[in-house]
Amino acid sequence: MAQLICKDVTLGYDGKPVVHGLNFSVEAGDYLCILGENGSGKSTLIKTLLHLHPVMTGSIQTGDGLTANEIGYLPQQTLVQRDFPASVTEIVRSGLLGRCGMRPFYSKREKALADENMRKLGISHLSGRCYRELSGGQQQRVLLARALCATRKMLLLDEPVAGLDPNATREMYELVASLNRNDGITIIMVSHDIPAAMQYARHILYIGTPLFWGSTEEFRSSGIACHFQENPVQKEAYPYD
Amino acid sequence: MIDTLAAYFAYPFVRYALIVGVLIALSSSLLGVTLVLKRFSFIGDGLSHVAFGAIAIATILDLGNNMAVVMPITILAAVWLLRTGQHTKIKGDAAVAMLSVGALAMGYLLLNIFSKSTNISGDVCSTLFGSTAILTLTQLDVWLSIGISIFVILIFLLFYHKIFSVTFDENFSQATGLRASRYNLLIAIITAVVIVLAMNLVGSLLISALIIFPALSAMRLFKSFRAVILCSAVMSVICAAAGIIVSILASTPVGSTIVAMDIGMFALSYLAGQIMSKG
Repeated sequence: MAQLICKDVTLGYDGKPVVHGLNFSVEAGDYLCILGENGSGKSTLIKTLLHLHPVMTGSIQTGDGLTANEIGYLPQQTLVQRDFPASVTEIVRSGLLGRCGMRPFYSKREKALADENMRKLGISHLSGRCYRELSGGQQQRVLLARALCATRKMLLLDEPVAGLDPNATREMYELVASLNRNDGITIIMVSHDIPAAMQYARHILYIGTPLFWGSTEEFRSSGIACHFQENPVQKEAYPYD
Repeated sequence: MIDTLAAYFAYPFVRYALIVGVLIALSSSLLGVTLVLKRFSFIGDGLSHVAFGAIAIATILDLGNNMAVVMPITILAAVWLLRTGQHTKIKGDAAVAMLSVGALAMGYLLLNIFSKSTNISGDVCSTLFGSTAILTLTQLDVWLSIGISIFVILIFLLFYHKIFSVTFDENFSQATGLRASRYNLLIAIITAVVIVLAMNLVGSLLISALIIFPALSAMRLFKSFRAVILCSAVMSVICAAAGIIVSILASTPVGSTIVAMDIGMFALSYLAGQIMSKG
């Protein structure tokens, strides 16, 4: 069984449907890129996958050992976080809270897990630093380490390279690819960046008209990509919330 | 001067004032960090005006105990305000402003129409700017304040990490299985309780100061959430104690004196922060 199955899903908010008839599934170890123009319903899809929004119709099931709360989430940064006084360690550890239950403190094992994830992402040396003083790329690594604390199976990344310079962008893509390759973590990434999606992803979900779900090769030959690229999406001037 | 102080502290009501003042300052500073970071700096202001309106209603109804009316109304308003923050048509700050001004006006209007007192402006002034209420506390008030402060501190100890996570990133917390809405509700209720308590001390208008100044001062100096919370609590306690003592010695209004101390502390922290970031 797949880790995530969406069947005939209608997405929307405030009672207004945005996307109809969405069908796709994600296998363990897959790398899925979700493409689509602004306002097409990508963010709504993410929020629905994370159970922050209810589905309007249809169903979203998790399986293959994945439970609903085990999706590690890398959100877009919010305005609040830009000047939030918090150390890197504090933020990374907050990814562990899902497994704490009612226990008010972190156990030794949980702290060790947080340390291990910081090491994996190469941010151990930043552990005592203040989050708001880090570069954009470093901040994304911190949030990625936090997401890894919440999951060992699936990461959901919401435009992880928005606002990063080309170097940091490349590093971020490589990091995600290596988590997928070496740690077997399933990746679902929302992106604007078609060339990168073609390069890294195994499957593509295009939200728009027509809806498309299939392998990257099928997407390339479908011609949707060209159409999408002819009308390049304007980068939002201020992508934070 | 020490003799004068010693003489004053012989009176139980002075000791009560100091205990209650320090405890309320401590509780509000703990909450303040979260509220400021959640962009709810004005919630203290808004809720205290709601409490003012509620007091007006309670006075008109001539109930023996105002708390029975004021507390539930303020809690409801807090829950409504913190909930509207994210998804509604009226944005958080506008909702606070609306409620704040509305409650203040309606409260004053009601008091005027159904006046029972001969000195309305005196009553209003003491509710808004704090009165000598803090010097006429009964033993029951003191125990109530102690109880509620301990409750607030316990909640913070027990849910510290969760409050951090919900404040830093609500969506992430919820996605990983934390009931963010439940913690928001908890924060809303504590906020309302602390504000109603703090009205005795500094009055409606100055409650925001107790909530935001220590948090803002601490944020100038420290860069981790834990350090900011601890520093904010320490600063708030120092300012409250110093303010109460100065107000006794110089016969100034208690609330405004405490706020003056908080402003002084903020100015110092700001300077220190500037120097630290350059050096």
